[in-house]
Amino acid sequence: MIKRIVLTAFLSICSLGVNAAGGSAIPLDHIKTNISDKESLQSGLSTFMNYCFACHSMQYARYERAAVDLDIPQKVFEENLLVGDTKIGQLMTISMAEDQAKLWFGNPPPDLTLSARLRGGDWLYSYMRGFYVDSKRPYGVNNVVFKDVGMPHVLAGLQGVCAEAPELGVEPVVDPLSGNVVKQSGCYEFATEGSLSPEEYDLVIHDLVNFLTYVGEPSKLESERIGRNVLIFLAFLFVFVYFLNKEYWREMH
Amino acid sequence: MQKLINWIDERLPITEAFENHMSKYYAPKNFNVWYIFGVLSMVVLVNQLLTGIWLTMSYNPTAEGAFASVEYIMRDVEYGWLLRYLHSTGASAFFIVVYLHMFRGLMYGSYKKPRELIWIFGMAIYLALMAEAFMGYLLPWGQMSYWGAQVIVNLFGAIPYIGEGLSLWIRGDYLISGVTLNRFFALHVAALPIVILALVVLHILALHTVGSNNPDGIEIKKNKDENGIPKDGIPFHPFYSVHDLVGIVVFLFVFCGVVFFFPEMGGYFLEKPNFEPANSLKTPEHIAPVWYFTPFYAMLRAVPHAFSGVIVMGGAIAILFVLPWLDRSPVKSIRYKGWMSKLALALLVVSFAVLGYLGVVAATPERTILARILTAVYFAYFILMPWFTRIEKTKPVPERVTG
Repeated sequence: MIKRIVLTAFLSICSLGVNAAGGSAIPLDHIKTNISDKESLQSGLSTFMNYCFACHSMQYARYERAAVDLDIPQKVFEENLLVGDTKIGQLMTISMAEDQAKLWFGNPPPDLTLSARLRGGDWLYSYMRGFYVDSKRPYGVNNVVFKDVGMPHVLAGLQGVCAEAPELGVEPVVDPLSGNVVKQSGCYEFATEGSLSPEEYDLVIHDLVNFLTYVGEPSKLESERIGRNVLIFLAFLFVFVYFLNKEYWREMH
Repeated sequence: MQKLINWIDERLPITEAFENHMSKYYAPKNFNVWYIFGVLSMVVLVNQLLTGIWLTMSYNPTAEGAFASVEYIMRDVEYGWLLRYLHSTGASAFFIVVYLHMFRGLMYGSYKKPRELIWIFGMAIYLALMAEAFMGYLLPWGQMSYWGAQVIVNLFGAIPYIGEGLSLWIRGDYLISGVTLNRFFALHVAALPIVILALVVLHILALHTVGSNNPDGIEIKKNKDENGIPKDGIPFHPFYSVHDLVGIVVFLFVFCGVVFFFPEMGGYFLEKPNFEPANSLKTPEHIAPVWYFTPFYAMLRAVPHAFSGVIVMGGAIAILFVLPWLDRSPVKSIRYKGWMSKLALALLVVSFAVLGYLGVVAATPERTILARILTAVYFAYFILMPWFTRIEKTKPVPERVTG
């Protein structure tokens, strides 16, 4: 017992700098997002508008902000992405009633504006690739990342439906003799085929998660740009105040 | 210019005030890096006040609108994201500099006679700051805001007889609701800032009456020259004003690094569950207060009985108030104290830091036992202080400061 307490104390001190969020107990695949990749963000926006937006709102974000930040001309955006008399300055809300949604899915589909900040990119990336066939569930699918989730596999037409629970978060295993990858993260066997190859599907999800990451914090790039200038300014200011201080204190020593 | 100053001076003694507190306030010349955190607290305080005022202009203190208004600030208000990150990072920075400032006080005996009142005002600031931070944390109306407030306000319910009524009175409702949010907003933006500002003024007035302590713990006023100026003192302005500028720029560099590049600070400064709006029907898996409260939270959880836990947690803060009367050492500074004082202070720091970690993570049986041991270590520092400071052998204190 004492040994375990001492060990806990030691580990506590060692892990003071580790992420407070704790992290998910389920192994996740890692995604490398890049919110300055406009092409990827545009592709993600397109996937979102076509597949997610019917049920999931983005009620804190405005269409116009996405159009400007993603370099999409206003006219193109209005013609291709806005439905009916929606104005580009509006918030990205949906018309699905919450009580109806609750009836259909058990829980109303969550707003996705801050999903990447809440769940993290890795979680979203793994979740969207974690669906598999499960006849016991109302929509015939379950998810390894979010067990018994109420959401149907909306992208089944693209990915297909995995025949077994996909194993995620595993390092690729390469056969040393043949050089072939014998085991890796994701789905191997499909119960129904989709229109995309696994690699193509992963890319679609990558772009979607990239877009969600951008929407979670649209000021991020501007913040980093201003931040660099602020730090450079402070570095120059430091030199100035350092010598000013030295000049004053010279007579003291 | 001089004419204008003369005109004002005849009506309000601004020159005299400037001399008393700046150009003729003699501070010991041997201040080291630990003496920067007082002025940094002032810098952060000003940051919190200014950014807070601007945030108030766009924030909506209702249960229906609070969460959305924060996102409105983050997205639609010009540089709203910057104001908000300066404010949220400032809250954590405030506690970092205040904790280091307090540690400096412990290390060099700055609480000892004749500076007891400075210490007490400082502790009052710390207390007000905790209330300010706690109430401010409810305002974004995220899941952690909501449930954190729920847990803390429920603590008052553990007090026998009056507890239930007291927590109801604080909330203004049977659970945290828009009513609570409204009153916390009023206290956060008006009442507590006034209290904090008043206490800061008292803290500094008391300091400037007795003069600053220093790393040697020597009273520089005991050694004055023929003009009545302390031989080891130098005018605060310009010497320490330019000196502090260097520290402020270094601090701002680190602070801006966090604000612009890592405002969430890995979930420590902005907790992830707070990116989801408050939901009174859904309890988060793991409720942890923000890092600056976690040492006390760990103590609370370490005690099996709820009311005793509240007593222990309150006691951990309350005992700091009487510190000036617990230290019986003839010397002030750790430099001249014995090995027992040094060991005790080191143990205090370790226990506080590890308790801080334990308050962040979920409790396990081993962690609970460790938290109990460390709570005992924390209290031992104060309870045993009258004993070990009296019996230990101290080193002789020099007549003049040692640079």
